[in-house]
Amino acid sequence: MKKIHVFLTLLCFFLIHTVSAQNRQLTGVVTSSDDGATIPGVSVFVKDSPTIGTVTDLDGKYKLSAPPNAQVLIFSFVGMNKQEVPIGSSNIVDVSLVPVATTLDEIVVIGYGSQIKSKVTGNIARVSGDLVKNTPVPSVQQAMQGKTAGVFVEGTTGKVGGVTRMRIRGSSSITANNEPLFIVDGVPLSTESMNQTGAAINPLTSINFNDIESIDVLKDASSTAIYGSRGANGVILISTKKGKAGDTKLNVNFQYGYSKASHKRDFMNAEQYIAALRDAGKGADAYEERLYGENYDNVGFVESRLIRYSGWAAILDGDGNYIGSKVNTNWQDQAFQTGSLQMVDISASGGTDKLKYYASGSYNKQQSILIANGLDRFSGRLNVDNKVNKFINMGFTLSLSRTNTNQVSGDNAFSTPMQLVAMSPITPTRDTNGVLYDRPVTTYYNGLIDAEDTKRSILETRTVTNAYVAFALLKGLSWRSELGYDLYNMKENGKYSSRTDQGKGIGGYGIANYGETQNLITKSYLDYLSSFGDIGLSAVLGTEYQKTSIDNAWFDGRNFPSDDLKTLSSAGLITSGISTLNEYAFLSYFARATVDYKSKYLVTLAARIDKSSRFGKNKRSGFFPALSAGWVLTKEDFLANNNTISFLKFRTSYGLTGNAGIGNFKHLGLFGVTPYNAQPGFFPSQIANPDLSWENTRQLDFGLDFGLFKNRISGEIDYYVKKTTDLLLDVPVPGTSGFSVQTRNIGSVENKGFEFVLNTTNLAGEFRWNTTFNFSVNKNKVTDLGGQDIIDAGDTRNMNVVKVGEPLGVFYGAQYAGVASDIIVGANPDGSDIYGGDAIWYVNAKDDNGNIVNPDAITNDFGSANFVVLGHPTPDYMYAMTNSFGYKGFELDFTMQGVSGNKIHLSGDIFMAANSDWFDNQTTDQLNTWKKPGDITDIPQARLGYSNGVHDRSSRYLSDGAYLKLRSLTLAYNFPQKFISKAKFDNLRIYIQAQNLLTFTKYIGWDPEVSSDDFVDNVVSGVDFYSAPQPRSITFGINIGL
Amino acid sequence: MKKIKSIIAMLMLIILASSCEKKLDLAPQQDLAENLALSSDANVKTVMVSAYAALRGHDPAGRDACILRNSELAGGTGEISWRGTYTGPREIFNHQVIAANGEITIQWLQSYECINICNNVLSALDVVKKADRGKIEGEALFLRSLMYFDLVRFYAKTYEPGTTNSQLGVPLVLTPTTVIGSGNNVGRNTVEEVYAKVITDLVRAVSLLPGENGYYATIGAANALLARVYLQKGDYAKARDAADLVIGSDLYQLTPTYAGEFNNIEYSTEDIFAVKYTAADGINLMTEYWSGVDQGGRDGDIEILPAHLNLYDPSDERLALFWDYGSGVMLSGKWNNQYGLINMFRLAEMYLIRAECNQRLGTAVGDTPVNDYNMTHERAGLPAAISVTLGDILLERRLELAHEGFKLHDVKRLKLNVGTFPYNDPKLVFPIPDREIKANSALKDQQNPGY
Repeated sequence: MKKIHVFLTLLCFFLIHTVSAQNRQLTGVVTSSDDGATIPGVSVFVKDSPTIGTVTDLDGKYKLSAPPNAQVLIFSFVGMNKQEVPIGSSNIVDVSLVPVATTLDEIVVIGYGSQIKSKVTGNIARVSGDLVKNTPVPSVQQAMQGKTAGVFVEGTTGKVGGVTRMRIRGSSSITANNEPLFIVDGVPLSTESMNQTGAAINPLTSINFNDIESIDVLKDASSTAIYGSRGANGVILISTKKGKAGDTKLNVNFQYGYSKASHKRDFMNAEQYIAALRDAGKGADAYEERLYGENYDNVGFVESRLIRYSGWAAILDGDGNYIGSKVNTNWQDQAFQTGSLQMVDISASGGTDKLKYYASGSYNKQQSILIANGLDRFSGRLNVDNKVNKFINMGFTLSLSRTNTNQVSGDNAFSTPMQLVAMSPITPTRDTNGVLYDRPVTTYYNGLIDAEDTKRSILETRTVTNAYVAFALLKGLSWRSELGYDLYNMKENGKYSSRTDQGKGIGGYGIANYGETQNLITKSYLDYLSSFGDIGLSAVLGTEYQKTSIDNAWFDGRNFPSDDLKTLSSAGLITSGISTLNEYAFLSYFARATVDYKSKYLVTLAARIDKSSRFGKNKRSGFFPALSAGWVLTKEDFLANNNTISFLKFRTSYGLTGNAGIGNFKHLGLFGVTPYNAQPGFFPSQIANPDLSWENTRQLDFGLDFGLFKNRISGEIDYYVKKTTDLLLDVPVPGTSGFSVQTRNIGSVENKGFEFVLNTTNLAGEFRWNTTFNFSVNKNKVTDLGGQDIIDAGDTRNMNVVKVGEPLGVFYGAQYAGVASDIIVGANPDGSDIYGGDAIWYVNAKDDNGNIVNPDAITNDFGSANFVVLGHPTPDYMYAMTNSFGYKGFELDFTMQGVSGNKIHLSGDIFMAANSDWFDNQTTDQLNTWKKPGDITDIPQARLGYSNGVHDRSSRYLSDGAYLKLRSLTLAYNFPQKFISKAKFDNLRIYIQAQNLLTFTKYIGWDPEVSSDDFVDNVVSGVDFYSAPQPRSITFGINIGL
Repeated sequence: MKKIKSIIAMLMLIILASSCEKKLDLAPQQDLAENLALSSDANVKTVMVSAYAALRGHDPAGRDACILRNSELAGGTGEISWRGTYTGPREIFNHQVIAANGEITIQWLQSYECINICNNVLSALDVVKKADRGKIEGEALFLRSLMYFDLVRFYAKTYEPGTTNSQLGVPLVLTPTTVIGSGNNVGRNTVEEVYAKVITDLVRAVSLLPGENGYYATIGAANALLARVYLQKGDYAKARDAADLVIGSDLYQLTPTYAGEFNNIEYSTEDIFAVKYTAADGINLMTEYWSGVDQGGRDGDIEILPAHLNLYDPSDERLALFWDYGSGVMLSGKWNNQYGLINMFRLAEMYLIRAECNQRLGTAVGDTPVNDYNMTHERAGLPAAISVTLGDILLERRLELAHEGFKLHDVKRLKLNVGTFPYNDPKLVFPIPDREIKANSALKDQQNPGY
């Protein structure tokens, strides 16, 4: 009501004002400088009196009644530069607006400098800060999902604060790190988790991505060679916002939202559970009679367990069912809750020509969709640039953050919320006194006790700062020195009461874990920029030293006098106290020169020399050069004035980069320390390899940048071949040596791919519609393993292996052939019979040439089935499309993102989708077990405890991992200038955002966007082991600019 | 002037760069370089300590707990049942083992880890003080022999007395590994060769070890192992004599009660050699699998079936050590202390070996079979026997040493059955781990039958 009142007052004021004065009647036409076309919908208003204004009509014409004292008109339109035009004596004011620079004209950040995009000869993808800001996810990696071609981002699970994996142009290493190098304002960030209990957390959660001005992703060798031995996985350069001269601009943003699990699975109810288990008991008895000639009464055993698992409800009802069947607990629902998100973000920027600043502060709180999981983060930033005099510039960036995470256990722990689904639906959650049940009443440890009785917090504080001073030495030549420091602290405290899994039987258990990573980096370089006639030259020459030290101190203890005491000072017994220190250092020299002729022909040469403590004495220094060239065809006469093609550039690059992401001291022969009877003992822990060095990646890139129709359509096409040799490989060695692996430089991997980016302005004018689309294909292949054909860890749970000719981490196991409908006499390779209800596999025996001898041969003995390649965990291609619509103040954006061609291993399904092989509750598809001869089904006969078809390394537990998600949807309204300026606002925007609203997939598990946090490394991936689905969230926000 | 400025800048860059070079020489802070580990008396002795730690296993898998448990699981059909959810032990219990089974892989790797430590010690005896040299050599020989004896019993066809025993045993590696090369691809020796080496080494160890040595190996431990090895070979006279040496040393005494021998934190009077766990050592896997939640174990993964319990006289105190976990689920009471010892050799076994061998040979070395039999029989609260048969002694052994890792090996030695599997069925022999066959070209065609 009050608002209407204000509005009416404003309106009256406006009317009185216009009617009462002797106004000038101004008219005119607004056109685009590009093509001279008229532009409808342009705001036209009088400077200093923004209430006096109008918009252009469909023909780009306007009429405005201006007061006699009006001096200047302002014309503003989305996609065009705002223009101020003085009012002369004429009443006709025509204006030609200049379009805002397109992506081809923007500046991109390159290593140790920046460059105009049209002059870049490498492949650099830019994500502007506007595209990631306010995304309701915890980490910057997740905010980048789908924003660039060739960058694969995967949240490992739906846990808040969990690790996110990122791959640029595929994985090139089997043992070393595959994550890109993250550099924020010139400081390489440590990205390794330091917490030791619960699921690993993501240290990059500390970045407030509303502070980000831009993210530049360096993908090809030309752009990454300047990072030498750490460039092979690509480099992500994050630049934070800088102050701009002028009045202080204040920006305030509030966001609030909630989230739910994006998908749930169907589990058996109590009645189905009881029936399935009774069936499994009978099946086991029959099987034992076949095997041993007698049975050990599994039927009776099942009944005794049903009583045990019913707790207080263990009374038979009239139908012979336990009262527990009426309890019917939905344990899956116990694992989830409604999550929430709150965010407040305030930033200010401004300054003078001499001193500019950007400052911000933010608070962010997120509750997970999983019980007892969440985080909150405070962060602050101050960026200052100071022009001391004509010759000296100096400044710094400084950020502080404090993140407090309540983490839950990793996926492989009984205490993790998702493992609650293994509980029996006949078990009540609590006893008659209201106390949570535990074993022996529950089938496994009841994870709800963890949520109720465990205190587990991880406090991370992080300071990233970089100070610089730059001297202008002579024209075009400057010297720049930087000192960067990243201090990351992690304090982890855990207290597990005497009721919890960890604290039971030992009077409670407590841990304190302190970790600190310090990263000091100094660099100095000369920067030269000049032109000689038509020849332009820019060059960089410098040196850099980086030292990283990682400290850790761990204490744990037990025997607490009370569950209320939380710190180790009250522990009756301190069971361990360990401190460790690890260090590494890099010393580097780098250079780059770019020469262009008339901005038409471009050549760049870049190189780096890296020396590192990580490598053996024999191989301490490496040289990483790259050469690239570009040709801007639209600068040639034959295309100079082409109406269709507005920009066209060919570019190509070739170069060498390295991967130094192995652990420290891997080249030394070492003895570790282990205690016995409280005495220390030295044991051989690592076998020496003095020749150990970095991995080498040679990358060739062909690219084409284009702009059509005055750049209304623009895009990039890239083809690359990336060959990595001298892989740092943990090669299995004969265990009889006393060792199981040795790290060597052996083998090679190839990534070949294609990337396509398209940006189009479909509609301009009053109704606006832009589309950006990216598509990438990456083909990964292991080409050599130093003479071996396969590296198979011999794991029974995971089936990812490294095999020559196949993608990294390919699934390798037995090919499931379903279930024998009836007895098949003599069908096994050894001539024995296969019985009805037996799970069967293809034998897949191979001859000496590796060809399968008899593709139809089957067996009921898992051990007789030869392993074959069954699929791979990384997508063949991925794509994303963002559409943005605008009409007046309204904006609608949505991003569809998808992957295809990968498979997911549901390794937890050997427990929950296992034809009632044990007492874990089963998914409802397991109701369809084989029951009698003649039954046609894929689910084997239930035989309690006899693993009938229940083997993880089998195609039975693989599922198609392709998906298409409506990743985000944003609807926003920007209040019109004339309305908000009265309140002295620069802008006022309200918006509603949804994440993961829709998922299209054939995947049978919770969420195809998955990689279990406990089963993930370079080889093992694409595993779903009780992994939480991604949240589906809705947030509301308001943004005010002052 | 301008040129000078830029020359100065260049020079500064070079100075900056070169001053850091030395800072790349960083040394590990937690680990010791290999050349130092075997360089002094103190260090070699410290390496020796880690061989005992290796009995426990460096990772949580706990080697010795595994081998005791695995023998019981593989031989226990009908008397115990695997009720746990883990697939590795389940495969062993169901005789559905695949070559990639994690339990048998860990057992193999950790045994050879311990062997390599012993080999390191044996290669560096020169730097050990003369006075301690014999003791250290004896300890290393004892532990290495223990490893090889267990390896050959699990991973090879059983020893058949009276034959050449030329069936494949396990690779005998007797020197420390300092480099990895083709020389590490060692094939399997024969069962006879492995037994012969074990006996030679143990005989030497007996001559070197002291009578008392804290928690570490003693002359008694070496003789006890020797008795066990001879018994498995069917060499009853030598088994009897070795057992007699242990008993006759008068260093050991049966504990007053049967229950008093288990769940102890320190050696009892009866213990000859045991693996020690402290609170700092992580999980005791015997507790993990054999006991219940309140004891720090899982959920009673190994249940004792009535067929076993019915073998005891109702008044047998050994029966009373079994306990009801709830709903009539009976568990063994021997492993209820997660920080307790894992008993490896105890005096009761020596009495029973001497009794069995004397009975078989018609001798009375040390004492008569019936007196030795009554040592454990009477302790269990049962009336003394006046005479015994071989069957009585074997039953006494089965009850006295139940669930302590003897089951599978006694089945093979006595040529019994496991369910319907005869003692020499290929399913009762573990496969050579799949990863080993793949990593070692010499083993390519040496996998056990049936895998």
